[in-house]
Amino acid sequence: MVYEVFRQERKGQPFQHAGSVTAPDESFAEVYAREQYGRRQESVALWLVPREALHQIADFPDEFEMKYRRVDGYSIKARLREARERAGTLEMAPGGAEAE
Amino acid sequence: MSERADLLLAIADDELFLGWRNSEWTGIAPFLEEDVAFSSIAQNEIGHARALYELAAAELGTTADELAFDRRPEEYRCAPLVQLRRLEWARTIARHWLYETADEIRLEALKASNDPEIAGIAAKMDREEAYHRMHAEMWIDRLLSSEEGRARLNEAVDELWPYALGVLDDELRPELRRRAEERLGRTLPDVEPVTRGVHEAELAELWEEMTMVRRSAPAGARW
Repeated sequence: MVYEVFRQERKGQPFQHAGSVTAPDESFAEVYAREQYGRRQESVALWLVPREALHQIADFPDEFEMKYRRVDGYSIKARLREARERAGTLEMAPGGAEAE
Repeated sequence: MSERADLLLAIADDELFLGWRNSEWTGIAPFLEEDVAFSSIAQNEIGHARALYELAAAELGTTADELAFDRRPEEYRCAPLVQLRRLEWARTIARHWLYETADEIRLEALKASNDPEIAGIAAKMDREEAYHRMHAEMWIDRLLSSEEGRARLNEAVDELWPYALGVLDDELRPELRRRAEERLGRTLPDVEPVTRGVHEAELAELWEEMTMVRRSAPAGARW
């Protein structure tokens, strides 16, 4: 049985996928996950999830290319520049960096 | 040598030799996860040995490395149980479980020691040994759950039982028998313990290997 292992690096931080362990049951999985993902003090907590318990979604159709619904679909770079020019704050932008 | 140093060396030698023996599975354990876990346990045991040698070294005016590697084979105080080379998985697990069970009894006694350093190191070791016991116990559960596993475990335990008794002093042995019999659900044979001070042929072989690098370098070489 494969158990997916998620680890938390510090208290309060989100759990992130670390890898997996193959083990015959939960008690073996616990010991193996401890040794592989916890013995160097790299984690403060682990989640073990049997792979079968995961429900994966991997189909996201976008037949009509609705760019405006995506975070990268709308560039504000030019508009921001214009707005700064109007406000006269262009020179003051930190490090001259411009938002994308 | 004081009784205290003698005690520290006996336990340190146990941990060093067991760590070394367990590390013989690195790369060839039954499956990958077990390989990583068992190697990690082996490293822990060697870490315990170092801490114990350091404590003894402070008293004897020497260093942990000198105690670990510069003594003659006949000077080691480890129990014969950890000297044996048993590169067969049922025996390895049986030895691991018997040692951890005996070690738990020994640590319980040491934690109550009047010597704060000894009580302290025993408490520290015990917190790590708890995970070794968890590992050993899960294997015992697994082996006891099938007929073949039970038969192989029982055969291995019977072979190692006199050695397991030898890990502990006289007064602690009945407790080891009680715990082991309860866990296995059967009576263990009445045998003469193979005690500390007995040197199996395997000890000299392991000593040769373990000290080879150290002996090849001039005294005082820095690594």
